[in-house]
Amino acid sequence: MKILVTVKRVADYNVKVYPKADGSGVEIANVKMSMNPFDEIAVEEAVRLKESGKATEIIAASIGVSPCQEVLRTALAMGADRAILVETGAAPEPLMVAKLLKALVEREQPDLVILGKQAIDDDCNQTGQMLAALLGWGQGAFASKLTIPGGQEIEVTREIDGGLETLMLKLPAVVTADLRLNEPRYVKLPNIIKAKKKLLTTLSPGDLDVVLATQLTTLKVTEPPKREAGIKVADAAELVAKLRNDAKVI
Amino acid sequence: MKNILVIAEHDHATLKTATLNTVSAAQSIGGEIHMLVAGNHCAGAAAASAKIPGIAKVLQVDAGHYAHHLAEDLAVLIAGLAKDYSHVLAPATTFGKNLMPRVAALLDVTQLSDIVGVESADTFVRPIYAGSLLATVQCSAPVKVITVRSTAFAAAASEGGTALIETVPAAAPLDVARFAGQELTQSERPELTAARIVISGGRGMGSGEDFKLLEDIADQLGAAVGASRAAVDAGFAPNDYQIGQTGKIIAPELYIAVGISGAIQHLAGMKDSKIIVAINKDEEAPIFQIADYGIAGDLFKVLPELFAELDKLPPA
Ligand SMILES: Cc1cc2nc3c(=O)[nH]c(=O)nc-3n(C[C@H](O)[C@H](O)[C@H](O)COP(=O)(O)OP(=O)(O)OC[C@H]3O[C@@H](n4cnc5c(N)ncnc54)[C@H](O)[C@@H]3O)c2cc1C
Ligand SMILES: Nc1ncnc2c1ncn2[C@@H]1O[C@H](COP(=O)(O)O)[C@@H](O)[C@H]1O
Repeated sequence: MKILVTVKRVADYNVKVYPKADGSGVEIANVKMSMNPFDEIAVEEAVRLKESGKATEIIAASIGVSPCQEVLRTALAMGADRAILVETGAAPEPLMVAKLLKALVEREQPDLVILGKQAIDDDCNQTGQMLAALLGWGQGAFASKLTIPGGQEIEVTREIDGGLETLMLKLPAVVTADLRLNEPRYVKLPNIIKAKKKLLTTLSPGDLDVVLATQLTTLKVTEPPKREAGIKVADAAELVAKLRNDAKVI
Repeated sequence: MKNILVIAEHDHATLKTATLNTVSAAQSIGGEIHMLVAGNHCAGAAAASAKIPGIAKVLQVDAGHYAHHLAEDLAVLIAGLAKDYSHVLAPATTFGKNLMPRVAALLDVTQLSDIVGVESADTFVRPIYAGSLLATVQCSAPVKVITVRSTAFAAAASEGGTALIETVPAAAPLDVARFAGQELTQSERPELTAARIVISGGRGMGSGEDFKLLEDIADQLGAAVGASRAAVDAGFAPNDYQIGQTGKIIAPELYIAVGISGAIQHLAGMKDSKIIVAINKDEEAPIFQIADYGIAGDLFKVLPELFAELDKLPPA
């Protein structure tokens, strides 16, 4: 089984980001960038499937600016076999990403595509579902468990608002990784060195016959109103009195 | 001008409340609103939809393959109907988030996730970067496919309307996905997203057994119980308790955070609560920066005291 796994380069989850001075967008120049945390989970899952003998090859793909090579190298160091960068300007909208991924799927013919559930910059939570729709495949979105009983189907447990749901999807299929699918490994130094020798191909949207377009224009980016810190109270008795008499919420 | 289609989230018999918040977002866009109720034997949910004031028409679709709300099948149905509408809206719940991108892709349009504001029929506000920023975006797509954050829109009234219910034929099943089972968290307490009071525990709770301390207080207050990611990852609480960027987004009147440090990803899910209380032994914990009332102390001492104080409290 061949697996395609996607990795987006985003502002690290630990850094605070600010609007640009003119409010036209997000200031990410000089911000520490990392692999989207959900994509680390996606890569980890693919690598585990390979280690368990279920998968034979893992291809990591990223779409965006040239430095996305860094996150692809990380995916290679985690255990992906080769990588593809589709070089564009700033990362396109999820629909465009999904179209580029569809073209990659047609080229590479994977049996399974694993994406993250959500990119922590745009917080869209769309790309996997869109890709599945464009391919006419089943989708296991927000997966917390994945098993492949035979070669025809995949069993996906999904985190939903009421608890957990299990689906059987025909292969090929799309899965998006949620937080509890696994705990990604630390990348070891020898693997980082090995990853430098693995194949990383760069393509343009034109190579994939996809014309990029946008349907969304960001008019402004602002910070939400700040919440002021309140007061410290001495103990539970004082807290209950405040909640009853001042805040009137109990 | 074309009409707006709201996708109802329901359990076939009744509507999920987030549907009412979505109706109110549709009302702020303006125009005639129709509601789609697709399920299996969903006359109950269709009748409830028809009672919402402001809904002009309810489209009811019944078929066995809609019994479990599979996105694969529902998306085909909705994309077929959507061409007659200017906007298609669903709640930004796991139901809507699973479904609407699929609808948008079939229509070859972009999608807007988690809107918290409507500026005009084509311009919307949505949080990005775990809610640390707000983006105002204009959408040029011929059909605007949107999920709505329920905390940002008051629930529409659920009684008083008399909309027409029209039966619509099902679309053919796609046959790529099959429902195989579910494990729903059973609870007598109010639903997390609808509760007036929520008490949440974090890694500081130390164990799943100690969540009982929170549950006892929740029952005194008629509150729901929530958790941080760390508490869920550690197995103290089920996944559907998680509050935050990638869990549930809530805005109750009172939120009590116990043994939670206040990471931005957690704040993303609760910082719009009316009153926030923090109980944490670390005086410097970031959660205190947004709390209205804080107790710096050991939760294993504070929670039993809080229980005792609430027990003594005369009815309001
Ligand atoms: C992609 C991504 C998505 C995420 N999504 C979410 C999300 O949706 N929701 C979420 O919550 N997190 C999310 N996180 C995780 C988030 O970054 C934090 O790691 C998490 O919120 C920490 O949980 P916590 O506050 O319970 O644990 P900690 O940060 O470990 O804090 C525990 C707190 O308990 C206090 N404490 C310990 N013992 C006691 C005691 N006896 N009495 C009183 N206080 C005590 C400590 O002082 C400390 O402040 C996400 C992270 C990533 C990378
Ligand atoms: N530019 C990109 N390059 C690679 N993968 C992406 C890109 N954009 C989105 N994805 C994948 O799609 C997932 C969901 O992203 P989003 O729909 O933007 O929240 C991410 O976790 C990635 O796995």
